[in-house]
Amino acid sequence: MIDEGLKSELQKQGVFVVSTEWLYNWGRKSSIWPLQFGLACCAIEMIAAAAARYDLARFGAEVFRATPRQADLMIVAGTVTKKMAPQVVRLFNQMPEPKYVIAMGACAISGGPFKDGYNVLKGVDRYIPVDVHIPGCPPRPEALLHAIITLQEKITGQHIDQTRWYDATATTEFPIPVCGEHDLLPAANPEVWQPPKDYRDVTNEESTKKS
Amino acid sequence: MIPTSEQLCAAVPGAVIEIVPSTPAAAQPAMLVDREHLVAVARYLKNEPSCQLDFCSCVTGVDYLAKGFIEIVYHLYSVALKHGPVVLKVRAPRELNQCHVPSLTTVWRGCEFQEREAFDLYGVKFDGHPDLRRILMWNEFTDHPMRKDYVPPADYEWEPTPHDEVLKRTKAAGGIMPPSAAVEVKK
Repeated sequence: MIDEGLKSELQKQGVFVVSTEWLYNWGRKSSIWPLQFGLACCAIEMIAAAAARYDLARFGAEVFRATPRQADLMIVAGTVTKKMAPQVVRLFNQMPEPKYVIAMGACAISGGPFKDGYNVLKGVDRYIPVDVHIPGCPPRPEALLHAIITLQEKITGQHIDQTRWYDATATTEFPIPVCGEHDLLPAANPEVWQPPKDYRDVTNEESTKKS
Repeated sequence: MIPTSEQLCAAVPGAVIEIVPSTPAAAQPAMLVDREHLVAVARYLKNEPSCQLDFCSCVTGVDYLAKGFIEIVYHLYSVALKHGPVVLKVRAPRELNQCHVPSLTTVWRGCEFQEREAFDLYGVKFDGHPDLRRILMWNEFTDHPMRKDYVPPADYEWEPTPHDEVLKRTKAAGGIMPPSAAVEVKK
């Protein structure tokens, strides 16, 4: 690592010294191209965020791509129905690495107000790894901007040698659920999602630790 | 003018028509027609010059689990004469193999999608429908979710606050559960 004082001195002379990793992350975080698709009312807020008033272009994320092959970010904006879930997972699989997911709004996070419905997926994180969750119903455009900034911070902190896409053993292909007779099969991808622990699990673990 | 049940019975010989009263607030009494004469009654209501109910705005089902039948409800309007709604009802047994009513797609073309929806969610088969497929749920789906005895899949996780009914349903269906709840089921 280069000494911070020396770096500052060099900068004053117009010489910028950075690590390859910093440059690599800076390049990626400054041009996050989202996949252009919306599922429900959150998409309207996403459109507003991309339009002139909120101007997503300020963060380099304005180039909505109509094909997953050119996209870096999937903004799951809206209710994911069980009928739609296989297509969402398939689109995510078709995106090249490095790729990120923002779950926008209560529905994409957990099913939201439709959680008890028979036809709604109870959170897109059951099938694909979500990087940033935005609560809200729908979240305001500012919230989406905040999520983009949060994602940029996350990208800044990534180390090239520890990323998923350079790890030969890591999964980059996520199994697409099948439409079954009563429900999607499987109901969740256990590699990505586990049911949350309840208070008894936590107390059990604590008691075993103590003993 | 909307014909009375006597006029309808005279126009469609053999039709059994019953007026079903509604709540005073709704003020929409319905005409309950027998299945055999439904198409003839519908065609009369559409073609009769004094009535001209040319628009079927809504087709839906109502599941009467205790009484053992499913009611299909049609809401009819006349765009030409600016009156309506006229509520037309028809009943079919709840059993899936007997749950048939004649399709009114031949009378009102707009019934097509709405009857598909009623088929999808209530399991009512519309005889004579040109394209009776599921419209909302996927094709592989076998249930009819709006029926009162439908059991939804237990794909929800343990609720943050213990939730009796949710836990019971999850256990019964062998759904996704956190470790401690799964242990309880094994016991």
